Amino acid sequence: MITQTHFLVLSAALFMLGVVGVMTRRNIIIILMSMELMLNAVNINLIAFSRQLGDVTGQVFAVFVICVAAAEAAVGLGIILAFYRNKETINIDEMNLMRW
Amino acid sequence: MTEAVIFPLIKIVIVLAAVLATVMYIVLLERKVQAWVQVRLGPMRVGPHGILQPLADVLKLFVKEDITPVMADKWVFTAAPILVLVPALIAFAVIPFASNDMKLFGLPISGRIADVNVGLLYIVSVASLGIYGIILGGWSSNSKYPLIASLRASAQLISYEIAVTMTLVTVIMLAGTLSMVGIVDAQARQGMWFAFMQPVAFFIYFVGGLAETNRAPFDLPEAEQELVAGFHTEYSGMRFAFFFLAEYANMIVVSAVATTLFFGGWLQPFPNVSWLWWLGIVPGWMWFCTKTFMFLYVFLWVRATYPRYRYDQLMRLGWKWLIPLAILNVVVTGFLKVLLKG
Amino acid sequence: MAEAVVFYIFAALILGFAVLVITAKSTVHSVLFLVADFLCVAALYVVLQAPFLAVIQVMVYAGGIVVLYLFVVMLVNLKRPPELHADPRRLGRLGLVMALAVFAELAAIGAYGWLKPSGFDGSLDSKNIEQVGRALYTDYLVPFEVASVLLLVAMIGAIVLAKREQ
Repeated sequence: MITQTHFLVLSAALFMLGVVGVMTRRNIIIILMSMELMLNAVNINLIAFSRQLGDVTGQVFAVFVICVAAAEAAVGLGIILAFYRNKETINIDEMNLMRW
Repeated sequence: MTEAVIFPLIKIVIVLAAVLATVMYIVLLERKVQAWVQVRLGPMRVGPHGILQPLADVLKLFVKEDITPVMADKWVFTAAPILVLVPALIAFAVIPFASNDMKLFGLPISGRIADVNVGLLYIVSVASLGIYGIILGGWSSNSKYPLIASLRASAQLISYEIAVTMTLVTVIMLAGTLSMVGIVDAQARQGMWFAFMQPVAFFIYFVGGLAETNRAPFDLPEAEQELVAGFHTEYSGMRFAFFFLAEYANMIVVSAVATTLFFGGWLQPFPNVSWLWWLGIVPGWMWFCTKTFMFLYVFLWVRATYPRYRYDQLMRLGWKWLIPLAILNVVVTGFLKVLLKG
Repeated sequence: MAEAVVFYIFAALILGFAVLVITAKSTVHSVLFLVADFLCVAALYVVLQAPFLAVIQVMVYAGGIVVLYLFVVMLVNLKRPPELHADPRRLGRLGLVMALAVFAELAAIGAYGWLKPSGFDGSLDSKNIEQVGRALYTDYLVPFEVASVLLLVAMIGAIVLAKREQ
């Protein structure tokens, strides 16, 4: 029997994997992708609760989360490209000066 | 329980076999049609009038040597043809070939593999997955012509996807449902196929479909004179066959979706005209196949007729003409729908 | 029964692909594992009786956002991957903190599961799209319009950031 707890544990595990990815990797693109993992974990949570409570609000919120993730990915990748053109690096340890 | 599993499996096998056989013969038909337009004969040697030519082609592709470039990424190089072919084939899961209630030896079967509530969106999402194979095929070959060609092809696909999705929005507005079966039923209810109610949307869908499948006149990414062979330059043998198969399967998907959305799917033309009653003898799936082949023939015809668009002309057409036109179409359709309802 | 099998398979795939995303050596492989992960999450949404969200997930996330990531990864094609230093002490401290966070979260989930046993009022499937559409256009119209302005701003911002200085 699949209860709500199964989905909550799954989304918690996925969220933790995303956090580990953000904390350990140095490549900024992988960090952004781990953030997408975290957003997906949140979405799984929202939709699991939406099914449990019979309310469609959870799914509407998940649609907005996807919208925001798209906007954030576009702008974030634009920033990475602009940075790469100037400093030739995508290692987050080397992005430590406010002006070069 | 077995009906829920066995029947769809049989239908999947039938549909896949039909699609693959059609793809093989579309290749031959393309060569023949182009030849006849250019006042020559095309393949004539293998079998009478070249009928067995596809078998010769398949045999040749099977036994060709499988070359992988030295510095290519092995896994991605192998995965790219699969990633192109699978989305093209799984789009057939929601297309209604015949009406819902048919009886075969007394057993009720429905004329489609699955009736998903979001069928049309499913096809759009599967089409957007088809981009991966093109990008990865070009990138993993580790050579510059395929890379440039794949970037161009994927940019072209993404641009025309927007215009195509806007036209699908107008169809959804007319039909009131996203399910493909529901759209055909809506056309049956309204008595007029959506191509006549939405000619602009139909035109934009067809042009976008030409661009989405990288067919002439939008075939710059794979034109022979331009970038060797585009993003599948470094592929040979069965891998190249997959790319080839995927392109023609995509063509068939676009034609099938155009048939379902705009030309009434499996419905017979003129159902209300009494002296055309004999058209009702032809079964639904035969009407579907006829209309799809009509579209495929127009694909081939257009290739033989029009010169190729240059890349910047192509992008300008997509972004500056088709997308505003499609959005205007959505707005006008919305207005008319509200005005004519009340 | 069938739901349990499907759930476990897809949950294993999701977590497996997520681990591969954060540990793959090549960035392109990470992106591909991310696509696979999103497709499995979309399948999970279908199990959760949210077919509209599943298709939106495939269309927007797997078919749009990750394509963007793939393009950027190909444009930033470094020969020297930036993973040279990994401080073991820092990783040890991080591991300890993460383990504590995991235990706290599992305790919270266990408490929720014990206090409020789950009862599925699952009646969402057949009219799912209509309900979501109706909610988006009536109760949540303002967030909907704000989201569209946000996407417009993000589009302009991305174009401005990625343009070359002429």
